[in-house]
Amino acid sequence: MAFIQLKGITKKFGGLTAVDNVDFEIEQGKITAIIGPNGAGKSTFFNLINGFHKPTSGTILFEGKDITNTPVHIGARLGIARTFQTTHLFEQATVIDNVIVGHRLRTKSKLYDAIFRTRREKQEEQIAYQKALEVLDFVGLTHMAKAPVSTIPQEAKKRVAIALALATDPKVMFLDEPAAGINPDETEGLSQLMKKLAASGITICTIEHKMQMIMGLADKIMVLNHGAKIAEGTPTEIKNNPIVIEAYLGGGDPVAEVNRHHSEVRGV
Amino acid sequence: MGKIFNQRNIIILLILFALVFPLIYADNRYVLHVMTIGFIFTISVYGMNILAGYTGQLSLAHAGFFAIGAYSVGILTTQGGLNFWLALLLAVLITCATGFVLGLIALRTKTHFFAIYTLIVGYLIYLLIDKWDGLTGGIRGLIGIPIPDPIGPITFESATSMYYLVLFFLLLAIFVAVRIVHSLTGRTYIAIRNSEDLAQTLGINTTMNKLVSFVISVAFAGLAGGLYAALTRFIGPDVASTHMVFNFLMYLIVGGIGTLSGPLVGTMLFIWFEQFLKSYQEYHMLIFGPILVFMVIFFPSGITGGFYKLKMKFQSAKNQKNVRHIKSIPVKSTKE
Amino acid sequence: MDLFLQQFFNGLTLGSVYTLVAIGLTLVFGILHIPNFAHGALYLIGGYVTLMVMKGTGAHYFVAIFASIIVVALLGILMERLVFNPLRNSPPIHDKIAAIGLVLFFEALVQLVWGTEYLRMFSPFDNNISVAGVLMTSQRILVIVVAFVVVVLLTLFLKKTMMGASIIAMAQNREGAFLVGINANAVAMMTFAISGALAAIAASLAAPINLVFPSMGHLVILKAFVVVIIGGMGSIPGAIVAGLILGMTESMGATYISNDYKDMIAFLLLVVIMTIRPKGLFAKGVH
Repeated sequence: MAFIQLKGITKKFGGLTAVDNVDFEIEQGKITAIIGPNGAGKSTFFNLINGFHKPTSGTILFEGKDITNTPVHIGARLGIARTFQTTHLFEQATVIDNVIVGHRLRTKSKLYDAIFRTRREKQEEQIAYQKALEVLDFVGLTHMAKAPVSTIPQEAKKRVAIALALATDPKVMFLDEPAAGINPDETEGLSQLMKKLAASGITICTIEHKMQMIMGLADKIMVLNHGAKIAEGTPTEIKNNPIVIEAYLGGGDPVAEVNRHHSEVRGV
Repeated sequence: MGKIFNQRNIIILLILFALVFPLIYADNRYVLHVMTIGFIFTISVYGMNILAGYTGQLSLAHAGFFAIGAYSVGILTTQGGLNFWLALLLAVLITCATGFVLGLIALRTKTHFFAIYTLIVGYLIYLLIDKWDGLTGGIRGLIGIPIPDPIGPITFESATSMYYLVLFFLLLAIFVAVRIVHSLTGRTYIAIRNSEDLAQTLGINTTMNKLVSFVISVAFAGLAGGLYAALTRFIGPDVASTHMVFNFLMYLIVGGIGTLSGPLVGTMLFIWFEQFLKSYQEYHMLIFGPILVFMVIFFPSGITGGFYKLKMKFQSAKNQKNVRHIKSIPVKSTKE
Repeated sequence: MDLFLQQFFNGLTLGSVYTLVAIGLTLVFGILHIPNFAHGALYLIGGYVTLMVMKGTGAHYFVAIFASIIVVALLGILMERLVFNPLRNSPPIHDKIAAIGLVLFFEALVQLVWGTEYLRMFSPFDNNISVAGVLMTSQRILVIVVAFVVVVLLTLFLKKTMMGASIIAMAQNREGAFLVGINANAVAMMTFAISGALAAIAASLAAPINLVFPSMGHLVILKAFVVVIIGGMGSIPGAIVAGLILGMTESMGATYISNDYKDMIAFLLLVVIMTIRPKGLFAKGVH
């Protein structure tokens, strides 16, 4: 039984097909990457697994269970976590205050507990707080726990977002361009973090544009183009796949091309 | 380290001041009355703050719920002959029930749609009160609402006793608001305000939480409305008007939306400000309107929010000084 | 049958006014994503300026309307520059609150300058004429005709001119429009100017029928919001259809159901529609 299995997933927006009949499997404990040119449907693909969008047709199985129409928050409780391209953190609050709420889904305190400050509320606040410390330690931000998010660098914010997802006790984590907008040194650090996550037993699925990073990191890569899967395989297989090369530039090295494209966009 | 003006002491001082205030103005019914009205509005604004300030949903039907509370007490006591306390309890329950049903529908809409939808629901409540002569007295309003029934030896005939009664409920409201904000539930609301999408991926049932937050918010409004009816003993459809909700909003914004002291600061400030400008009542808004615009552009977190920002700046400047002192100590690498 | 026809024309008049106000609102919403609660203030000032120009200078009704269009369009631009532009990156709650501040200010200003009385505006079109066997003032015909002409002109402007095309482009895709070199500031100002001009026209047309008074904008703006939501935010055809539907429903409702509750009809209609379709009747399926 595959860990996550997608069968014939199609998503249409009006007349536009964003994801086109994709079959795909994500293996447990591995790092899977999804690449493709802009507008290839990568983020839509995430939103489908995650539950933000319902597919037009096809089914999604998570540990054998049909989650095609499961609401986002229920998916999270089952163990599906994700981050966004923009971190969506609460800038005025401290790092730890941002992360504590990540464990909320594993607590049961209600309004009643809040007003009467019941024992359950106190215990669960403590549990969520400990969890936050633990995940901040995991991502290496213990020393920034008390800093307001607005004062920490971009790379640290990405780590906070990962810590937040980690606080939900996930089985799988979907990372939407975790390395966008940070420098090569920091990218390396983030790769290490992703490996550490995978080593701790959390399955990783990431969208990424930075080819060098992906080639050194992923166990498996899927290439999307115009919503359709055009290739999947190990980094070496993808690098040498003529269809992929064709899709990226009509000839040439996809890695070089994508990197060039990126430096242009960022004006490096 | 001998800091006298820490948060706890300021709160104790404020409560003491509120408690002895009637002794200073014992023979000035007017001052006590204004204070009491201010407290009532503050309770309502705290409710608005929970929903708009913490959960991030701007409901413009708040005055409508205030009116439902007020009219429930008014109708139940004058026409139903009920005991005030029972009427007040029922008023809060009726407001909550109405809020639950309306919230269920209204919260299906988002951001702008939600604001417009609630604005119109609020107006609908106003129209309903205005037109339903048989029940509400229509444009003439409800008169002769009795004062609260005595509890044992305590009567509520004097301005002072009403002041204390309302103060009790105000403290209760603030207490509840503080408890909520500082709880896991409060964190959940803030997460929703921050980003509904992110909150959902964190396993938060946003629909459910927004609804509960909506109901608490209107419960505050209903309670405030019920007290208002008992204090003024006369209510008209105006309590449901859009001007009322705009006033609440103004108190909240100027005081500080999404802060715990904002509703109190904003409301009391404006209530007294309005008293000083009483002879120019028609033209209040010539000043208040621009103040509101000015605040959202330049001080979006209001007086208290601005104050905290200054404090934070001051503290981080101090921290940085400290950091420079210990700079020689190697900092642990952020990388794994 | 006569009664029905009478109400049909009344509904058409009413619907025309709602449509003009709603198109201004929907344009601003489509482009700037601001539900401009202050739109009622533009309507209010539009009515007063026309009246005061007529009274003060003895100018013809049309000249006064023209002056009013200029004044309110400028006011719209000023609003955009001074209030909404600085708030464009703020959380969505803020511009709504600022708009409310503007409404409160302008209403107080009008009261201060022109008093609180209900004022009559005398239109040269106050004679009765008979249309299809129904007797009605020619002012009502004027409302319908002018609204029709304005909508046609506006559509031509949006379809045929560069500026109009930019407005449409920006309504569809803000970032995309920015990339192809549209001057977002100019478009925003233009949109507010059009929105203000439409409000001024609507108010000046309705004033001879409904009088001029400081709270004249309240109900109209609320109903325009109903129209905009029903028609889909940002959609001009939606605003036209919904505006006419609302005008008709109110006019018929007032006659056949209850005059007392006629204002409630619009709002109940909205509540029912939004209960079934939270994003409006003609809203597209995806965001």
